[in-house]
Parts: sequence; structure tokens; C-alpha cells
Amino acid sequence: MSDASPARVKRRSLENAPVRVVSARANLPTRLRNLWSRHELLTSLIFSDIRIKYKNSTLGIFWSMLSPALTLGIYYLVFSVITKNGYPNFALYLFSGLVVWNMFVTAVNMATGVIVDRAALVKKVSFPREILALANVGASVVYFAIQLAVLCLFLLALGHAPAWNFLWILPISFVALYLLTASVAIVMSAVTVYLRDMRHLMEVLLQLWFWLSPVVYSYQNTISQRLHDHGLTWMYFLNPITPIIMTFQRIFYVKTTVISTNPPHPVLQILPQWSMSSFAMMNLTLLAITIVLFLLSLTIFGRLEGNFESEL
Amino acid sequence: MTTVIDVEDVSKQFKIHHERNQSLKERLLHPKAGSTELFNALKDISFSVSSDETVGILGHNGSGKSTLLKCICGVLQPTSGQIRLRGNLAALLELGAGFQTELSGRDNVYLYGAMLGLSKRSVDAIFDDIVAFSEIEHFIDTQVKFYSSGMYVRLAFAVAVNVDPDILVVDEVLAVGDERFQAKCVDRIRTFQEEGRSILLVTHQADQVRALCDRAIVLDGGLMIANGPVQESLRIFREHLLEDAVEHDRAGHQAEVAIDSVTTPSGSFDVRSGASIHFDVHISSHTAYSGNFVMELFTRSGMLVSRSDAQGSPVNLKPGANQVGVDLPNLPLLDGVYDVNVGVVDYHGTVIAWKEQAASIQVTYAGREGGIVELGASIQQL
Repeated sequence: MSDASPARVKRRSLENAPVRVVSARANLPTRLRNLWSRHELLTSLIFSDIRIKYKNSTLGIFWSMLSPALTLGIYYLVFSVITKNGYPNFALYLFSGLVVWNMFVTAVNMATGVIVDRAALVKKVSFPREILALANVGASVVYFAIQLAVLCLFLLALGHAPAWNFLWILPISFVALYLLTASVAIVMSAVTVYLRDMRHLMEVLLQLWFWLSPVVYSYQNTISQRLHDHGLTWMYFLNPITPIIMTFQRIFYVKTTVISTNPPHPVLQILPQWSMSSFAMMNLTLLAITIVLFLLSLTIFGRLEGNFESEL
Repeated sequence: MTTVIDVEDVSKQFKIHHERNQSLKERLLHPKAGSTELFNALKDISFSVSSDETVGILGHNGSGKSTLLKCICGVLQPTSGQIRLRGNLAALLELGAGFQTELSGRDNVYLYGAMLGLSKRSVDAIFDDIVAFSEIEHFIDTQVKFYSSGMYVRLAFAVAVNVDPDILVVDEVLAVGDERFQAKCVDRIRTFQEEGRSILLVTHQADQVRALCDRAIVLDGGLMIANGPVQESLRIFREHLLEDAVEHDRAGHQAEVAIDSVTTPSGSFDVRSGASIHFDVHISSHTAYSGNFVMELFTRSGMLVSRSDAQGSPVNLKPGANQVGVDLPNLPLLDGVYDVNVGVVDYHGTVIAWKEQAASIQVTYAGREGGIVELGASIQQL
């Protein structure tokens, strides 16, 4: 930053400056490199997203805990108090699944319209556009972290120890969750540019998706036998978020068999009795699949991105 | 000299939707409906810009100049061809496009800086300069949605010019803001030129190109029709505008008027300061035509010295060769070469015939005054 001979300094630095190429279609490695080179932008976008969201609310970021807490309360009331499903510590069971689902659904909901909403920016400023969707995912990771912290406090308050020996699978599961969420968010943000009513469709699809995932009910206890009888178990596990939710439940809820709180207190099979190695294998496989999905989503985004200008 | 922008055979096609089909329902019900048409916004454009060069891109609306600029900035991807860039680029495409109105000015400076590719630390380093340049110290922590449009634009410009770009791309932003702000922008661009940075300036104002650029590119209908010295490109630009106008009016009854040449009785365009000079402008016309005669005088650095306005002096042209005499008595100009543009316009000011740089007069001045105009000031102590 010396003022001695700025022109000379500038010229020398320019000769060695990397050459950037703008061309019809960037290949995948270039896209990834471009994405990585703008990680500072991603960080700023994530925090500005969060700041904007809670800017004019008195409770601020506290909402990111309050609204999941209310959802949790409602499901608890309906399933445990009113319909009496008999699962002991049901709030904990719900919570460990909901943190996963909340992260997914928050990010996908935000990202679905993000390119359309930020059209002015997309048409005027150059940056890898998928960063907008990734910023939404990033913001939901922050909310996820907050909720996870609350979950830990919850465990502490109840004196309920997590499955310590399974804990190392959690990061794998989280990365898979992140990649899955990012893939769906990236693809949906681009598709919505072409099909504007995707936003409304997504709301319904996400509702359906939620009920296809074992968050408020137990897969093992309710439907596994019936699916097995019809040979449809594989179909249930096509939903990539199911193994992640089950992993979180296994780690935080811990017990696979419990005694129902309803008389005559039968024994309930609430989580699958898989061994640690099968949980690990399941998550590693899922991780591999989500890596492929993520790369695929970047490729799809790259294809769709070319006509953004004329569609926005 | 390093090449900083290298545009290679760049073409860009747009799909034009005649019936927009943006909902899923529409697509499902009418999968084939909604005809699209391909529109070539750019066709095989190639040129390069070296470091410390200022290049103007001229063209009228729809000529593809903004598309080209967006391709260079990476906002648009070319359909074919490629653009190679060296060094970091700051684009003033639309001031403040990256702003989030809910955030404060301070947060926006950091966000906009990140969009232009700066780390938080580098924004920290230039933050004070940005605020000082934008002159909104008191409001930097106010949400941007409460800014006046002037404050908004000033802040955006301040960020863009303070990020230390190697290449600055400016798209007609110099047309916004008040006069003082415009002068500030032009000043900043001149500083950049002195610092040896490359500037790409898009405009349809010929005067701006003349004043700032070393070279000019002219686009018309997506094609590059000129790439060369400013004077030459401006000549092509003006004459092309004219051809288009003539084509438009061919169905009408426009007279075909052309300016053939400008001569002086002695054949010399050299003149002493304070002397008079007379030119004869030779105009040929196919039909009888009445219009106004217009003359412009420019310095070589592109400053307009004088322009007789569109409601200038009436001329009645008869079919065949015509001659218009121009007398400049007691030419009050100082040393230098001055270019003369002449033309004929109709009563609404539409150009009918134009000749750019029809003549160059060489003025010699023996006195000691500097500048353009001889004021003949006399100074005495009272």
C-alpha cells in the first residue's frame, strides 16, 4: 500500500494476476472453485439474512427458538396429551427429529424464491448465484445450531444422557443433512425462476414430505411392519431425510425399546435396533449420495442459470 | 502493457417470450403454447483492452452495449465465445443494486464490498475513505431505506470507486446525480486514468467519449462497426445514426442531402488568432430542401468550444450542388488545432446530413495567454 510508484506496482501485479474466464458454460470444477473463492461473500450474506429477518422484531433472534418451541408444544399436546401415543419423554423424541426437519424446511422455504426476490441484484452484480441459496442454508444452519444448543440444555435439565458411543456419527449425519438441504435449495431457487408457482407447490410438497418422515410418529412402532408385509420398506427409505432423523433420534432419545406410559404399559419398539456400525454405514452411504446430489444440483443450476436474465 | 480485457468472438442470444408461461399450471395445460423467438443481442464481438487505457463503447438504445458490458462483468454469460479478464473489476452498472434496504449504511458497505470481492479486512481499511467520499457520516448507521436517492447513489459510488479496482466499468451512471456529483465522478475517473487503470465507459453521449476516452468502440444492432481512435469512431457513429434515420424516412419524402466537403478560398486552414477565416461548405441535395445549418467547433482534447444550436441558420437547398459560406471574424481562439463538424438539421432538430471533422483549423497565437479563448484581459493596479 505504498504510494511510491503505484503505476509500476499495479502493472507488475497485473501481469501475474490470475485470468478469469467468462464463457458460455463453466464446468463443475470451475463452478466449485468460483464458489469457494467467494466464501467471504457467503458469510456476509448469511449474517445479513439473519439480521434482516429479525431487524424489526422486538424479540429478535429469540424467535428462531420461540417458533420451533411453539411447534414442538403443539405436536406434544396433540400426540402425547390428546391422542396419548404413550411414548415416554415424547417431547425429547419430537425435538430430536424436529431440529433436523426445521433446518431442512427453513432453508428450502427461504431459498425457493430467493433468486426471484433478489432479481435486481442478480441482474446487476456478478457473483456465483447459487450463493444466494447457500446463504439461506447457512442462516438455517445458525438456527439449527441454536436449537441444538437448546436441545442439549433440555437433555441436561431432564438428566437424560445422549448415546455417547454414537455421538461420532452425528457430524457425518449433519454434513449429509447440509448437503441434502443445499442441493434441494439450489435446485428449487433456479426452478422457481421458470415456474413461479413452485413456491406454493413447495409448501404443499414440504407438508407431505414432513409426514413421510418419522418426526412425530415412530416408524418402527407404527408402520414398519405393514411396509415390510408389502415389501415396501425400501420405498420409505427413499426419503433421504429419514435416516438422518433416525440417527438424531438414536443419539438424543437413545432408547430403542420403551415402556408405554399408557396402561397396561406394553413394551414399544420405538427406534430400529440397528447396531452402531449399521448406523455408521447408513450415514456414510447417505453422505456419498448427498455429495453426488450436491454436485448434480450445481450442474442443474448451471444449466438453468443461463437464461435467468430473460426470465427475471 | 498487459491486456486486461480480452473479448473473443462473443455472441449472446436472448429468448424473447411472446406469451409468458411462468406458472406450472400454464406449462402443464399448454405445453407447446407461448412461442419464443431468438434475438441476437451480440454477434461475434472481439476486441481487447490494455491496462491504462480508457475505452468508450458507443451505440444507441438496443445496440447491445449494455449486454456486452454485462457479459464483461460476468452478470451474463455469453452464448458462445469467451471473455478473459485480468485483475479485479468493479462495475458501476446500477448504483446501489446490491443494497439491502433493511440494513444500515455501514452493513451495506460491508455487504457490497463482499459482493465486489473484498474481504472484511480490506473493507475495514477503506471504510473511512468510503464514508468521507459519500459525505453521509451522520447517517452511516441509519437503515438505507430512509436514505434519499442522492445519498443512496453517493454511498454506492463511494464503495465502487474505493475498492481499488484494476478495471472500472461504468454504464451511463455519470448521467445520475446533481452536477456537483457528476463532476466528482468525472474527477474520479480522471484520477483512475492517471493511476494507469483501465476504464470501460458505456454511453450514448459523444461528448463524454471525446472528453475521457483514448479509443472508442461503436456497436450497432449487436455488431461492432468501429473500433479505433475516438474521432474516427465518432464519425462512424454519427454517420451510422444518420443512415438509420434515412432508412427510416425513406418511405417518407426526406430529401437526400449530403455534405461533400469544406474548403477555404486559399486552401489553407491555418489562421492567426484574432484574424478571420472563411469556409465554403459544399452540400449536394437531390431535391429542394429547407432546413437549418449547424456547426460545432471542438478542441483536440474533445472540449466543445461552440455549437450553433439546432434552430441555427436557415438554408434553402436547391437540387444539385449548393454552397454555404461560414465566416468566423476575429477568431478569439488560442494556439491549437480545432475540429469543425458541420451538418444540416430539419426544423425539429433531426439531423439530415452530418460530417464529423469536416475540417481542422490550426490556430497560431503569438501572445502569452494560455487556454482556449483570447480574452485580451488588461490588468492594472488601481
